[in-house]
Amino acid sequence: MIGAAVLRPDAIDKVRGEARFVDDLAFPGMLHAAVIRGTVPHAKICKLDLKSVSKHPRVICTLTANEIPGENVVHVIYDDQPALADEIVRYIGEPIALLAAEDRTSANQAVKLATINYEELPAVFDSLSALSPDAPTVAVPAATEKAPNLFNAMRIRKGDVAQGFAQADVIVEGEYHTGYQEHAYLETQGAIAVPELNGAMAIYGTMQCPFYVQAAVAKVLGLPLSKVRVIQTATGGAFGGKEDVPSLVACLAALLAWKARRSVKLVFDREEDILTTSKRHPSIVRYKSGAKADGTLTAIEVDFVYNAGAYQTLSPAVLWRGLMHAAGPYRIPHVKIDGRSVATNTVPCGAFRGFGSPQVIFAHESQMDRLAERLGIDRLEIRRRNALQIGDETATKQRLSESVGVLQTIEKAGRLAHWEERLRKVEAFNAASRDRRRGLGISSVMYGVGLGGKAPFLDKAGAYMKLEADGSIGIAVGTVEMGQGLTTALTQIASEALSVPFDRIHLAPVDSSRVPDSGPTVASRGTMMSGLAILDAAAKLKERIRTVAKDLHIPKNEIPSRLKEIAQAFFMRNLDPAVEGWAQGAPVDWDEETGLGNAYFVYAYATHIAQVEVDLTTGEASVEDFVAVHDSGRIVNHQLASGQVEGGIAQGLGFALMEDIPQEDGRLMTTGFTTYRIPTIRDIAADTKVAFVEALYSAGPFGAKGLGEVPLMASHTAVSRAVAHALGAAVNTYPLSPERVKGSVA
Amino acid sequence: MRITLTVNEAKRELEIEPGETLLELLRREGYKGVKKGCGSGDCGACAVLLDGRAVNSCLVLAAKADGRKVVTVEGLADDEGLHPVQQAFLEEGAIQCGYCTPGMVIAAVDLLTHNSSPSEAQIREGISGNLCRCTGYVKQIEAIKIAVERMGEGADD
Repeated sequence: MIGAAVLRPDAIDKVRGEARFVDDLAFPGMLHAAVIRGTVPHAKICKLDLKSVSKHPRVICTLTANEIPGENVVHVIYDDQPALADEIVRYIGEPIALLAAEDRTSANQAVKLATINYEELPAVFDSLSALSPDAPTVAVPAATEKAPNLFNAMRIRKGDVAQGFAQADVIVEGEYHTGYQEHAYLETQGAIAVPELNGAMAIYGTMQCPFYVQAAVAKVLGLPLSKVRVIQTATGGAFGGKEDVPSLVACLAALLAWKARRSVKLVFDREEDILTTSKRHPSIVRYKSGAKADGTLTAIEVDFVYNAGAYQTLSPAVLWRGLMHAAGPYRIPHVKIDGRSVATNTVPCGAFRGFGSPQVIFAHESQMDRLAERLGIDRLEIRRRNALQIGDETATKQRLSESVGVLQTIEKAGRLAHWEERLRKVEAFNAASRDRRRGLGISSVMYGVGLGGKAPFLDKAGAYMKLEADGSIGIAVGTVEMGQGLTTALTQIASEALSVPFDRIHLAPVDSSRVPDSGPTVASRGTMMSGLAILDAAAKLKERIRTVAKDLHIPKNEIPSRLKEIAQAFFMRNLDPAVEGWAQGAPVDWDEETGLGNAYFVYAYATHIAQVEVDLTTGEASVEDFVAVHDSGRIVNHQLASGQVEGGIAQGLGFALMEDIPQEDGRLMTTGFTTYRIPTIRDIAADTKVAFVEALYSAGPFGAKGLGEVPLMASHTAVSRAVAHALGAAVNTYPLSPERVKGSVA
Repeated sequence: MRITLTVNEAKRELEIEPGETLLELLRREGYKGVKKGCGSGDCGACAVLLDGRAVNSCLVLAAKADGRKVVTVEGLADDEGLHPVQQAFLEEGAIQCGYCTPGMVIAAVDLLTHNSSPSEAQIREGISGNLCRCTGYVKQIEAIKIAVERMGEGADD
């Protein structure tokens, strides 16, 4: 069953149009919410007048910050973000007040009836200006660092970089810039809050982290956690964008439901979603690398700054992952890395596939190419020479003891792409072409699976499993299906572990009341952590099944075919047919001061190779051919896994070539898919090859590690380096839009 | 205003609101398979067949559907099972989150109804108005190719 081809159980409803997403659901008496938002980047709210809103015949109630029954915070890491701005607004689009109406059209009309008077305050929009000593202060008191607007500063110190650079035969330095990337999940944010008996509140919504939502809603309503139940609805894509933001959406809906004592639905339209929800952090990365004549890396020195927006939300965690991934999958004896996240009067940035790593990967892979060029070494070869292997130490001095497949990904990608032959062909094409040029790019990455040493308390997961009287199996877990195929992979794991056919097992959508807090569905941890919890539950259930089988004189090898008989015996004899499984991540540790430690329990790896063609007259770059090789340990389902990789390639291609949100004085200048262009079917390569090398992880379910984020992390730099190769010019800023490409040629 | 239209072969007489779009009307009437992704005609999630051609229902006023035939994703499968395009999407792994799927399937059905042997370039052209953020489109191209083959076999019978 592991590695077998099975049809995903959720796909049949989706293809028939019968899957129910949050906006497809309704509850009796349900109201529709709308959010009254700030229109200036930084201001004191002098007057908030909702009288005209309340007079709208279809409006049932309004709500402002001073009415919140619990704490006015959206709980994420530090509680610095209010559910509703109270006195001060810190970014354009910040929620200030709420209303609930009988229908959605009226709700949206009534928003316009609010009167808000502001006393504008000085504002700051980019991270470097925000760090200057005379910058206006954005950050609220929860900021952890003393400097104004500095949310977080973290570092790694390994060895002695001065010595490392002294040993180098060549040193290259570069500065790399990336802008916002919007998740552009096809289903926008939404939640329905449903008051339940005895003051409890249920939340239905599109999300990655039901237990984050539970904690946030409990806090804002002043309820015990046990009175908040969170049910995940079919989720139309997430990519990190539904990690922290659903907590805010659910809090707003829940506040209105609490006040109106009726169900309340809040669904964002596309413009509201793009303008007011989290994005990938804009970045500036300064990178210095040293290597010996044979290409061996001796030292790196990295300094990077992420624009976090007006509240911290997930920025401390995003910054930490950026820090942990800034060295790449390479052996480097001397390492100095500094990362900072900075407060500005802009929309708070948060989680996005790769979680702070894609920005530093753009830098580390560009640096590798530049070293190779200076040293006259092939770009694939310099990666091969420096690739981490079992027994090596990472940038945080973690000794890798197993499951290190990066070298195999480099070599296999090279073979599949016919790297050397293709390089020659590209050169021949370019020699013969005047206004079109081709280029090849290669990118290798490593990814720490799970939440790592900064938040080890989140790496746990539960599973509830019961044997029904007909021998079928019901399972509940705490990590979500959001399109990635988790339901299928976990059902396969359960099927293998229990020797029960795939279609006799049903995995229910997540309901927080059925399983303990299982951490978030992020960090490519779902298959591993919930898979381990299922294995634990399955072992317990199998033991009970064996005992009953023995009693019934059913031989062990006949248990699978006679499970119905055994299940009947459980039922007739009043035996307990339900078990709970539990999983904890392997130990991790990390030292704040030095930045050293066993940052993650295991790493996934990948190497991507892209071929692009650039039209020098228009500046348009198109991806022609793609090879992606991944080590994510055992692949539970190849069709799902290759689907993850192909999707990540497209999303990375968008990041590198086209996706951009210009910002002017805190105002985001794209409001929909007309101006925020994401890849269409016309933008993807004519040929995409996906392959896996399976370096098994002994503590993962059947040797599996994690996959979801890695494809995007590797793909964007394969594309951007291919453009750089085609142009023979430096490529330091995303996206590589036609204007920017033409600029590099000129 | 009252309009008469056929939805998935059922004749319906419906009261519509001024300015209401076909997307809003269909969803209000329970055809929840028609998805709203953007409301501006950019993503294709709300595609339905209007007199046999795929349209973005968010850009069509409900009043314009008076007297016409609408097919939503719910109307593609029949008693014998899924439409070949749906079946191929299912088998080829062309479905991840599933939010773009109804519109993408409708666009593919439109394409194959009017071109029984499209080239890959024509397949790409045919669903270039449908955004998908999950799959990278690779498996959707494969699925449509397989549906083309099967529908061709069916036509020979």
